[in-house]
Amino acid sequence: MFRDLYITLKEFLRTFGAMQLFFLRLLSNSPSIFVKRFNLVVHQVHNAGALSLVIIMVCGLFVGGVLGLQGHANLSKFNAEDSVGTFAAFSLIKELGPVITALLFAGRAGTALASEIGLMKVTDQLAAMEMMAINPLRRVLVPRFLGGVIAMPLLVAVFTTVGLFGAHLVGVSLMGVDAGAFWQQMRSTLEMGDIYEGIVKSIVFGIVASLYAVWEGYNAIPTAEGVGRATTRTVVLTAIAVLILDFMITAVSI
Amino acid sequence: MADTSEQIIEVRDVDYSRGRLEIFKGLNINIRRGDVTAVMGPSGTGKTTLLRLITRQIVPDRGHILIDGVDIGKLNLKDLYRLRRRFGVLFQNGALLTDFSVFENVAFPLREHTKLPNRLIRHVVLTKLHAVGLRGAADMMPGQLSGGMARRVALARAMVMDPDILIYDEPFVGLDPISMGVIVRLVRKMNDALGITSILVSHDVQEIASVADCSYLISNGKVAASGSPTELKNTQSKLVQQFMHGMADGPVAFHFAAPDYEEQLLGRDVEQ
Repeated sequence: MFRDLYITLKEFLRTFGAMQLFFLRLLSNSPSIFVKRFNLVVHQVHNAGALSLVIIMVCGLFVGGVLGLQGHANLSKFNAEDSVGTFAAFSLIKELGPVITALLFAGRAGTALASEIGLMKVTDQLAAMEMMAINPLRRVLVPRFLGGVIAMPLLVAVFTTVGLFGAHLVGVSLMGVDAGAFWQQMRSTLEMGDIYEGIVKSIVFGIVASLYAVWEGYNAIPTAEGVGRATTRTVVLTAIAVLILDFMITAVSI
Repeated sequence: MADTSEQIIEVRDVDYSRGRLEIFKGLNINIRRGDVTAVMGPSGTGKTTLLRLITRQIVPDRGHILIDGVDIGKLNLKDLYRLRRRFGVLFQNGALLTDFSVFENVAFPLREHTKLPNRLIRHVVLTKLHAVGLRGAADMMPGQLSGGMARRVALARAMVMDPDILIYDEPFVGLDPISMGVIVRLVRKMNDALGITSILVSHDVQEIASVADCSYLISNGKVAASGSPTELKNTQSKLVQQFMHGMADGPVAFHFAAPDYEEQLLGRDVEQ
């Protein structure tokens, strides 16, 4: 048993180390690709970002709506239903916005990235590029990684904004909270630090989600089953990493 | 043996093994400039592995591979990529980029490596597509092509940077007789018209006989025989005879190594 544990641990450390190296290679190639091949990056921002917009907006609207309902129901016990705006803003900006967006991103864009890269590997497209003296890391992986990293904070911003709109819709229009109180309380209690926390989270989650998607796709076993497994692992690992990192960042910033 | 300056690729005493499986042991191959050279061998002898060694997608355990006298094992990544620009490789399944149209696939290496204006790129791409007879398919997507067409597009793409060496990995597999004939003629035509060197990996004896100047038969990690296809056909070696005439049994056994049939059916091999 100890031997199994030892082998598992060794394997884990090896993968972990390889992933760090891979991350460094992505980072070191990122600036030049960003400058020289900006059009590729824009294309990937479109793929990962714009194409995820609908799902992000729908989810944001309903999450905001639930916050409005729950906030109103529970705060009214303390005669504090005017604070629904503050409640929704804090939840959305600091926690739910970045976390739920990252989970949705993993499900929508992460899986698409991983399976796309995995299939390119299965069909020898990456090998063919290498034989055309084109480095697939620079041509395929780095633009997709950057696309995800750039798209995530933008998606978080959209999610949070639509969420606040949803909370307003339910809290003010449906439950009859005063619109002035809704916004004024939010303005007076929310500080720039809270918003920065959300921004930091969105950037970190963007890096993690894109890194996992690209890594899993690139290292997929080149079979139908291998690509399937890579896609699943992308979602599972991103979800775990995002929730753990969320805890860590929150712990540091409080 | 020809003068060494005529050799464009030399494989010298190469050993290569994957895990415990020994694939090559002391392999020596010389490929002459301007020839169509065929590498033949039963399935699983490492023909594709040889191509990957020559293009340094993998590195031999021992021995050297020289291209124009330069040991490719000693190149750094930048020089390796520069060297690879001299190669055109036709993959078994074409390996076309599925997101791009036929035109963009052929234009891809040009767009990545050069800063040619669009008009010139269009000109070059259409010329290459015309050479493989698919100018009319320029706007199609790879998914809409038949296997033979995809391979011809891949051939156009392999040629677009005007390589010195064109490598074909199993170009005849799974093609109907017409497509096969087209590819055979293209291989010869490209080689002679453009003055390049072609390496063909295949086990289609008839096709190779009609196109190759020189062929190597690989078996058990070594060159079992070499020479022109006619020379090979007339060799006395049993292995060569078996391969060239497609006989089921001979030095290359029909059965993969296995325990005794009777013992296995009676379940005795499990008990032991």
